[in-house]
Amino acid sequence: MSILSLRNVSKSFGALTVTDDVTFDVSPGEALGIIGPNGAGKSTLFNLITGNLRADSGSIGFDGRDVTRVSAMERCLTGIGRSFQIPQPFEKLTVYENLVVAATHGRSQSEAEVLEDCADILERTEMIRRANTPAGQLSLLERKRLELARAMATQPRLLLLDEIAGGLTEGECQALIATIRDIHAQGVTIIWIEHVLHALTSVVERLLVLDFGKVIGIGAPDAIMASREVREIYLGIEV
Amino acid sequence: MSYSVSVQTPASRVATAAAAVLILVLIALPFFAGRGTIRDMFFILTMLVLAQFWNLLAGYGGLVSIGQQAFVGAGAYALFGAVILWGIDPVPAILLSGVAALVIAVPTAFFAFRLNGAYFAIGTWVIAEVVRLLVAQWKTLGGGTGTSLPREATRDMWFVSLIEDALGVRSAAARDILAYWLALLLALATIGGIYWLLRTRRGLALAAVRDNVEAAKSVGVDASRMKWIVFLTSALGTGLAGGLIYMQKARISPDAAFSVTDWTAYVIFIVVIGGIGTIEGPIIGVLVFFALQSLLADFGSWYLMSLGVLAIVVMLVAPRGLWGLLSGRTGLHLFPIRRRLSGGQLTQAEE
Repeated sequence: MSILSLRNVSKSFGALTVTDDVTFDVSPGEALGIIGPNGAGKSTLFNLITGNLRADSGSIGFDGRDVTRVSAMERCLTGIGRSFQIPQPFEKLTVYENLVVAATHGRSQSEAEVLEDCADILERTEMIRRANTPAGQLSLLERKRLELARAMATQPRLLLLDEIAGGLTEGECQALIATIRDIHAQGVTIIWIEHVLHALTSVVERLLVLDFGKVIGIGAPDAIMASREVREIYLGIEV
Repeated sequence: MSYSVSVQTPASRVATAAAAVLILVLIALPFFAGRGTIRDMFFILTMLVLAQFWNLLAGYGGLVSIGQQAFVGAGAYALFGAVILWGIDPVPAILLSGVAALVIAVPTAFFAFRLNGAYFAIGTWVIAEVVRLLVAQWKTLGGGTGTSLPREATRDMWFVSLIEDALGVRSAAARDILAYWLALLLALATIGGIYWLLRTRRGLALAAVRDNVEAAKSVGVDASRMKWIVFLTSALGTGLAGGLIYMQKARISPDAAFSVTDWTAYVIFIVVIGGIGTIEGPIIGVLVFFALQSLLADFGSWYLMSLGVLAIVVMLVAPRGLWGLLSGRTGLHLFPIRRRLSGGQLTQAEE
């Protein structure tokens, strides 16, 4: 029984097909990495899974339910959380308030009920010192951490992470990996789009390769990285 | 390691005490102020109500409407209709003004929510014009030329004789005092209600939707429901204000009741000058607007030009309005809504 299943999902913008007949399954508790060149349609695929975009055809199932036509808001309520590739904080709200919105609405609890949990997430993502800062004043790195923290605050069962390791120093990257492993260890299913390969492969169990909107490979990281097609397309290495 | 959240600031505690005193003074005002002052205060309070609701719409909800006159007019005509056609007392008829505005607001929202930004603004204006033209066809209520409230209805209005006896004033002055107290009640309920809304998790969701709709949806916020709540609340409040304003005027015409200048342009001026997206802003704005009007009313079109110039200057120099300028410099918040997390690791950080 898979927690997420995509069947022949396609999406076009005008003549450009960005997601082309994508089919794959994710098991509960799995960590899946998605790689592919820029413009391969990785973020679009995320938007289709979270409901920020509607699929033109095909179906998306989450936890045994067909969510293809379900709104982004309801998909969040059923347990899909996400971070955005370009951070989308609520700029006039403080970091803490950003989490409170997510926690109170993402799981319909009162502010008092979510207080300790939000503070805990801020500690784990090392954002606690910035709790009372308006999100608009954060640096890019802090915004990326806020993306992760806010997604965690909705208590997702499936967490989609979109390039949150880019631009980090090695130390920061290791801290981020530890945080994500920690979330994963609690049983949260993770799908992670990332260009920083060593960060990705140190967490995920499987890799999916996307090119021109098509899935060109899915499997164990070693096997995927060894495949000739992937090396040619993704790494640009002539074989 | 335990955390806590507070919203109040030292300034807001002082402000609460000062507000309590101010409210008592305002309630007692008719006992020592003249009729002119009461009428001025009625004007200020009703414009404040309109400004707070437009600010809720545009400043918090991101819905820039220039069709609020639809709700003022609908509310006002509902009151006249209820009094003239059904013989209802004008005071309870004000409640029907709110209902009428809601009835107009539902189809307005249905159409206008399909539009965004400038298109939404123009859409609301067009709908307001349509409502005005329809009402002008209503011959029983005077058609295009309008009508007045029947003398017996205004003379025998609820509470008027009570006020006459208690304060020893004539009937006309008693009606003004009644209208003033109702306006005060409406203004306090408006500010209190909006402040309450903004401090709940709904208020937080509203701010989230304003800052980033897609992200708000992705954390479980029902963005379209927030828009409906804000739009209908504003329509209700604007309709009540419209009913009250025309109860006091006792004379109505479609052009006056659906005036885009009086009920939307001035209101936008008040909010923008004072500071959009704050509760304090419209309060400052309405005082500035009243002062300018008193000073310049005799100068005809110079008055409108001065308003325009001032609005442009404020937008260039202080885009967040006069209150935004003051609050930015001093960190002052009379109606604080920002939650402050303290305790735990934050205590250590501050030490």
